[in-house]
Amino acid sequence: MAVVDASPPIVRQGVKTKTRVQPPRISWSQVGDHAILIAGSLLMLLPVLFAFVTSTHEAITIHREGLQLLPGDQLSNTYGIVMFQGTGFTGEVNGVTMMTNSFILGIGFAVGKIAISMLAAYAIVYFRFPFATLAFWMIFTTLLLPLEVRILPSYEIVHAMGMTNSYSGLIIPLIASATGTFFFRQFYKSIPDEMLEAARIDGAGPFKFFIDILIPLSRTMMAAIFIIMFVFGWNQYLWPTLITTDEGYFTLVRGIKQILQVWLGSNIPEYGQAMALAILAMLPPVLVVVFFQRWFVKGLTESDK
Amino acid sequence: MATVSIENVSKDYGNNVRAVNDVSLDIEDGQFIVLVGPSGCGKSTLLRMVAGLETITDGEISIGDRVVNNVDPAKRDIAMVFQNYALYPHMTVRRNMAYGLTNRKMDKAEIERRVSEAASILRLSDYLERKPRQLSGGQRQRVAMGRAIVRDPAAFLFDEPLSNLDAKLRVDMRGEIKQLQRRLGTTSIYVTHDQMEAMTLADRLVVLNEGRIEQVGSPLELFNKPASLFVASFIGSPEMNLFDAKGTGNGAVRWGDADIKHDLKMPLDGAVKLGVRPHDLVPAKGKTTPSHGELVVTHVEELGVERLVHGTVAGEKCTLVVPAGYEVAETVSVHLPKKALHIFDNKDGKRL
Repeated sequence: MAVVDASPPIVRQGVKTKTRVQPPRISWSQVGDHAILIAGSLLMLLPVLFAFVTSTHEAITIHREGLQLLPGDQLSNTYGIVMFQGTGFTGEVNGVTMMTNSFILGIGFAVGKIAISMLAAYAIVYFRFPFATLAFWMIFTTLLLPLEVRILPSYEIVHAMGMTNSYSGLIIPLIASATGTFFFRQFYKSIPDEMLEAARIDGAGPFKFFIDILIPLSRTMMAAIFIIMFVFGWNQYLWPTLITTDEGYFTLVRGIKQILQVWLGSNIPEYGQAMALAILAMLPPVLVVVFFQRWFVKGLTESDK
Repeated sequence: MATVSIENVSKDYGNNVRAVNDVSLDIEDGQFIVLVGPSGCGKSTLLRMVAGLETITDGEISIGDRVVNNVDPAKRDIAMVFQNYALYPHMTVRRNMAYGLTNRKMDKAEIERRVSEAASILRLSDYLERKPRQLSGGQRQRVAMGRAIVRDPAAFLFDEPLSNLDAKLRVDMRGEIKQLQRRLGTTSIYVTHDQMEAMTLADRLVVLNEGRIEQVGSPLELFNKPASLFVASFIGSPEMNLFDAKGTGNGAVRWGDADIKHDLKMPLDGAVKLGVRPHDLVPAKGKTTPSHGELVVTHVEELGVERLVHGTVAGEKCTLVVPAGYEVAETVSVHLPKKALHIFDNKDGKRL
C-alpha cells in the first residue's frame, strides 16, 4: 500500500520530474470533507461521552446541575452499585444477572435466526416442492408485519403455551427471520450448480452437502448476520417487557427503566446509575461490531466461491 | 474401465423441446469419445444423462453391463470434470481430491495412497495443502482431474473442461489430458464446442446438431468425408467454402457458367452445394479449366506460416489459403481441384 500511496499526489499535480520535494499543498476540499466527518463523529460521540461523564457523579449533583461535562469522583462507586448491588422490587437482580440475560437473549436470538433462516433458504433454493416460490414470497412479506403489529396474537400464543417468564419464551417466538432467509437465499443462489453436482457425484447426500459444503461456504455470511441479529436481539425492549414479569429474566435494556422507576416518592432518581447502566448496555454491541467488522464487510461484499 | 452404451436416448424438457433426440452410441472400453456441436445441440445434456445429473426421458444408458437409468450419480462409477472446475473452495487440494473417497468410507491409508499418486501424476504434490483460490487456472483444472482420477472410475466425463482457460494453456492442457487418458486407459466422454479440441483429442468424434447425431467417425473420416453440410462447415478451420451449384443430370455440376465433371455414379439433378476446403483451393494464373472462379479479395489475415485470403466468388463468401509471402492482388483466380470437391444435396444437406 505504501508504494501505491506515494505516487498519486505527484501525478495529480502534473509534476513528473521535480528535484526538490515541495511542502504538501493544502487541499481545501479535503479539509472540508474532514470537517464534515469530524462534525458527524462528534454528533454521534458527544452524547455518549456526556452520559459516561455524568454517570461518574452523584445523583444529587446531576439532579441539581443537569448533564455534567467534567468527570466526577463516583466512577467506581456508581458502577460497583449497578453491577453488583441488587435492585428492583425483589432486590435479587443486579447488573451482572441482567447482562447475562441480555447475552442469552442476544446470542440465542442471533444463533436461532441464523439456524432457522439457513434451513429455510436451503429448502427454498435446493429442493423442488409445490409452491416453493409462493412459500418464499410469503416468508418475504412477513417483513411487512413486524413484531409490533402482531404483538397481541403473538403474546396470546406464547402465553397459552406457558412460555412466559422463560428464556425459550423470550427467544423462540422471535427467531423466524425473513431478512435472514432472504440473505441466505441470495447467497445460495450465487453458488454455482456444479458445486452441488460435483458433491452428488462425490456421494454427498442433501444432509452432507449442507454440513460439508454449504455451512463452511456461508461462514462470512453467518458472521455478518450474527452481528446484525445480535445487536437487534440485545436491544429488544417491547417483547421482553411483555413476556417476562419475573425480575430474574430482566435484561439490561429493561433495567435502565427500572432504576428510574423504583425510587419514586421523595427520593431522587439515581440518574448516575441509569447513565452507567446505559453505558454498560451499549458496550457489548459496540465490541461485537468492532471486533467482527472485518467479517461483516467480507460477508456482505465478497464471496469465497 | 468399461464400455458405455447409449441406446435410443431422448431428453424432453417438458415444453416440447427435445434436447436430445433418439441418440444411440456405443463406446468401447478405453476409447476417447468427443461430443462436439454448437451450443444448444444437446451434447452437455447427453453427458449429464450419462452422469446421472439429468433424468432420461426415453431409452437406456448402460455403463459396463449395468443399466444405470435409475442409478444415483455417486453409484454409477463415473467421475466428472466441470467447466468451472467446481472445486470446494474451503477445502485444501488434498481434501478436495479425497472428499468422494471419504464419503465412500474408504480406508484412510488407501485414500492417502491414491491422492498422493494422483498428485504426482498431475504435478500437484507441492500444492496439496493449498486452497483452490491460491492456485492458477491450470492447476485448478488439474485438481479437478485429480478428483476424477482418485476415484479410479469406469468412465471419465469431461464437460468443456478447458473453456475457462486462456488460449495457450488450453493447448497445453489438451495435450496433458490426451496423454493422461492414454496412460490410464479409461473410457472417456468429452464435450466441447471447439472443433480443434475435438479433432485433436478424439479417437472417435460425434458431431451433434439439434439433439441428433450428424456423424460418428474418426477425426480424419469426418474431415475428409463429411456426411452432411453441417459437419462439413463445422469441422475444419478455416471453414469449408460452399458454393451454390446445379446438377445438370448428365454427369456434371454446373457452377456459374461452367460445367464440372464429377465421378458420382448417379446423375445429379437439382440444386446442390459444392464444397471445397480453403487449403484445397489452388490459386491459378489464367482461366484454363471450367472449374475456375474469380476471388474478389476483401481482406487478408496473416498467420505467419500462411495467409488467409477472404473474399467472394460470384457473390458467395470464399476463403483461400496461400503460403506466406504470396502476393495477393485485388482478384485471385482460383481453381477447384476435382478430387477435393464435396458435393451435398441442397434439400437435406446430405453428402452425395
